[in-house]
Amino acid sequence: MRATGLKLIGVIVGLAAAGVLIGLYVAKLTTEAGSAAYTVPVTTRGGHKVVDLRIETVAAVGPQLSPGHPDFVSYLVRDTQGKWLRRTVWRLPADATVHVTIYNFDGASGLRNPLYARPQGVDGNVMTVDGKTMDVLPPDDASHTFAVPAYGLVVPVAPVADDAKNQCDYAPCAMSTAHRTIQFTFHTGKPGHFRWQCFVPCAAGWIDGFGGPMQTIGYMDGFLNVV
Amino acid sequence: MSVARRLIGFNLLTACVLGVGGWYVGWFAAHGIVGPSIEYFGDVDFNELSIVMGYLCGVLGFLVGLGFLNYPIARLRGYPPSLREKETGGIGRYFGLCTDHKVVGIQYLVGIGLFFFIGGLNAMLIRTELLRPNHQVWPAGTYLTLVGIHGTMMMGMMTSGILGPFGNYLVPILIGARRMAFPRIEALTFWLLMAAGAILETTIFFGGFPTGWTGYQPLGTQANPGMECYYLFFALVGISMTLLGLNMIATIVTMRAPGLTWTRLPIFVWGVLSTAVLMVLAAPVLIATLSMAVLDRTAQTNFFVPAQGGSGFLYENLFWFFGHPEVYILALPGFAIVLEILPVFARKPLWGYRLAVGGLLGVTLLSFFVWQHHLFVSGINGDLRPFYMLSTELISIPTGLTFICGMMTLWRGRIRYSVPMLFCLAWFFNFLIGGLTGVFLSDTPSDTTTHGSFFSMAHFHYTIMGGLVFTFFAGIYYWVPKMTGFQIDERLGKIHFWTMFVFFNSTFFPLFIAGFLGQPRRAVTYANGLHFINVWVSISAFLLGGSMLLFLYNFVKSLVFDRVRAPADPWGSKSIEWQLPSPVPVHNFDRIPVFSGDPYGYGETGPTPVPAGAPAGMD
Amino acid sequence: MPERVSESHGRRVIVAWIVLSVVATPLVAFVLGPHLPPGNGSAQASEQVFDNTWITAIVTPVVCLLVVFFVYALTQFRHRGGALVDGPPLRNDSRVQIWWISVTSLVVLFLAGFGTYELLQNGSGGGQGPDPIAIPKGHKIPVQVIAQQWQFTYRYPTYGGVETPELVLPADSYIELHVTSLDAIHSFWAYELGVKADANPGVDNIAYVKTKGPRTFHVRCAELCGLWHGYMFDNGRVVPMAQFTAWIKAQSRAFAPVAKYLPKYADVYYPDPQRRAG
Repeated sequence: MRATGLKLIGVIVGLAAAGVLIGLYVAKLTTEAGSAAYTVPVTTRGGHKVVDLRIETVAAVGPQLSPGHPDFVSYLVRDTQGKWLRRTVWRLPADATVHVTIYNFDGASGLRNPLYARPQGVDGNVMTVDGKTMDVLPPDDASHTFAVPAYGLVVPVAPVADDAKNQCDYAPCAMSTAHRTIQFTFHTGKPGHFRWQCFVPCAAGWIDGFGGPMQTIGYMDGFLNVV
Repeated sequence: MSVARRLIGFNLLTACVLGVGGWYVGWFAAHGIVGPSIEYFGDVDFNELSIVMGYLCGVLGFLVGLGFLNYPIARLRGYPPSLREKETGGIGRYFGLCTDHKVVGIQYLVGIGLFFFIGGLNAMLIRTELLRPNHQVWPAGTYLTLVGIHGTMMMGMMTSGILGPFGNYLVPILIGARRMAFPRIEALTFWLLMAAGAILETTIFFGGFPTGWTGYQPLGTQANPGMECYYLFFALVGISMTLLGLNMIATIVTMRAPGLTWTRLPIFVWGVLSTAVLMVLAAPVLIATLSMAVLDRTAQTNFFVPAQGGSGFLYENLFWFFGHPEVYILALPGFAIVLEILPVFARKPLWGYRLAVGGLLGVTLLSFFVWQHHLFVSGINGDLRPFYMLSTELISIPTGLTFICGMMTLWRGRIRYSVPMLFCLAWFFNFLIGGLTGVFLSDTPSDTTTHGSFFSMAHFHYTIMGGLVFTFFAGIYYWVPKMTGFQIDERLGKIHFWTMFVFFNSTFFPLFIAGFLGQPRRAVTYANGLHFINVWVSISAFLLGGSMLLFLYNFVKSLVFDRVRAPADPWGSKSIEWQLPSPVPVHNFDRIPVFSGDPYGYGETGPTPVPAGAPAGMD
Repeated sequence: MPERVSESHGRRVIVAWIVLSVVATPLVAFVLGPHLPPGNGSAQASEQVFDNTWITAIVTPVVCLLVVFFVYALTQFRHRGGALVDGPPLRNDSRVQIWWISVTSLVVLFLAGFGTYELLQNGSGGGQGPDPIAIPKGHKIPVQVIAQQWQFTYRYPTYGGVETPELVLPADSYIELHVTSLDAIHSFWAYELGVKADANPGVDNIAYVKTKGPRTFHVRCAELCGLWHGYMFDNGRVVPMAQFTAWIKAQSRAFAPVAKYLPKYADVYYPDPQRRAG
């Protein structure tokens, strides 16, 4: 009987250990490279929902915002207090107009497929770069793209010149450092989850520029949660 | 010996400590070679070479800690060759290098079982994601890692799933020998597999890998450092497989007892031999392929990088040249176990012995000529498509021979429905569905729609899980009483069987429909119209996992708590292992037996195949 | 006596099998068959349905045999309790062996031959590589499918090399698809059209499809290609020829600004993989 009691304790300890290990495993998986959602504030003008989305792209996200991957390129979103958050899942309202401003602090990498040098899926199929309207960017100049394939939306992001002075090292980047401003407008439709990605092979250090941050949500990939 | 004294020495604990130490040695050595300022791939401070060297040195440390270098060093120092003194008892043998083939067999059973459950856990996590069409339970990249770990772990572990536990335990006994030809290598294959499994799980600390178990390049070249874990896992598994196969062939060919001619060999041994031949011939190709992929990632070679002159297509061909024999490595032991167990529970000789052997050998031979059926739509030469369709269709002929031999063995028998028999009968049902859906996939026009879809995935789950895993459990229920001397509860076993059978079919059969309706594999989302099927499948999968837990409960309850002594021959089998006491004594036989027939003499009068008094422990 | 017992068992099984097959096979072939995937969205898809119907119809008697055999054997030949008794020592029967091997070989060879015949018509919608052997006769419109991570784009070489992210095909036309990739291995799968061709970087994978009437079809990536593999899908359309030419003109206008930057149309492309140093 005593032996049975000891065996029972042994089995229970074993089960508990297995449970703890499984719990740790699942916890590790859930925290693996994702992103919390950020709800973009909505204003209503004339009965129509309008959203102002301000995002920036940086060459290296830095140890403050990403201790695990300080050298990853990344998108960031600005909250209402003006703070930059490394979150790439953005909650947007359905049937709304979205005005997007991208501040790009990164240099050129060039597009693999030049087709994405033409803004698509945005109002007028044009974008505004530093105030100037453009309907195409030279493909070799593309620094990143913001693309939502489900919407047919692609916008190439104009680069900071390689010899520009005062370039930003790590995010968050101050507006005084060299940057370009790209603006465009698109419209959301029915609710759903729509992924967005970059099409420029901008992941420095990976053999074809598409590894690392290019395949990690929270950096160069994310979701538009249209609700 | 005191506990402390036992803990010091060459055992698993020392091995783990030295393994971790080896990791740091390798890591820093590579850093010293390459320098942290030189980035190959990855972050500036991330060095692929360090990871590879770290793991390799870690494995080396692990093996040194277990004591694998002791004998070679002793021989180098001039000591005469001798086999290690086998400790005759105690549970400590199971936690280190033991050259007793029976201990290695049980180590394999527990080790593979452990990793099987880990792989199964990953499957449950995958199905959790697929409960909803477009909702992220896990981030999309994590989902791919889960798919990869599940597939890779299962494929790597279950290739040795029958040969490891049952091959190692039974083959020497069945051929009348006291040991395998190379006992130290036998132990090495086991510990390599364990090290490999641990390495694969650590991929989650390096960002996982996105390629699934096939590791296609050039996707693999752009992946996170976790990809190295996949390569190292499979390379170590490949080495383990090659050595295991080598050992089996050497043992079966050279160490058969007197009188055991090829026509008297138990069909299980024939199955092990065919599988071993496949392992020895196919696994080295895998090791070479993966080495090339690792070189692409660390040394910037361009074997598989198209823009620099390499070819991803080359990787596909090399991988599947190994990959197809690999799936027959998984299937053949299942055939062998079914044909071995059926005569015992039908009380009839194995029908068509030579036909069955011919079937096994036919599959072995043909399996090298079919691999491009994985590449029908990949852009292979148009002339090859009809050729590989023909060769793939042809391989169903030797496979069918196993069916007819099994069916005719049942014909006019006296069938008992014990748990091992139930699993073997389920094999017929599952492998029939698996095999017939294979006919659809081998038909190139039909394959245009089914390739890369859930249809293909359901096909291989039916053949591998419905075929191999069911026979794995048949083997457990059948042989564990011999290995341990204790019975496993028959009633709980039957409940386990029926729940596993029902939920296995309810999980995988609808996936044929899902695939035919257009759901691709490894995709984290699917069309809304397929929502119901996926919910059904996920819930069935959870229940299937539950039936596995039931098995664990039965196993632990019977072997740890109930401990009901099993008689030497609970099934009434005429095979030689059942003429020995349970558990089998350390030296197997007092005197080497002399065989005069095969073990299938049911209903026949005449001398028993093995003379009484030859095995140990009788009178 | 045992001989006659065996024969009577055998007769019963064979009769039951024949009855079941005669009932089941026509049901499968004529009732289930026309509804088999992938549907009738193109000539190739219809061929595949025909092929699948044949295979299912041939497989049905095999299934019937095994079902009848096992139901019969597992009920008739049970051990009915009491002491363990051996069955008759039947080790072989050359008639059964010869029948089994002959029939399975014939079935297998027929299926292989039938499949080859179907395949050599026009490739059955599958990718045949850069040198296809099953080329349908007549005029074919070339359309290039460029796969990249993680979207398909489409180029129309006979319409000025215009590239678009949306696939539109003219109805009742033979299309020669050239599938290639710019980075990893993808697979272009147009389900309703019964087309699947892997997109291999550096390889021009040709597949033929003859469209029928106007419809939408689903395009999915069928080869794991990285993070967004599961999201790499879009909807294509088959439209009447006049609508198609109008659409192409509109696309050429819409993408005119970028036309000068597109590389010259080629079978394969090798974009510079790493443009960013360090």
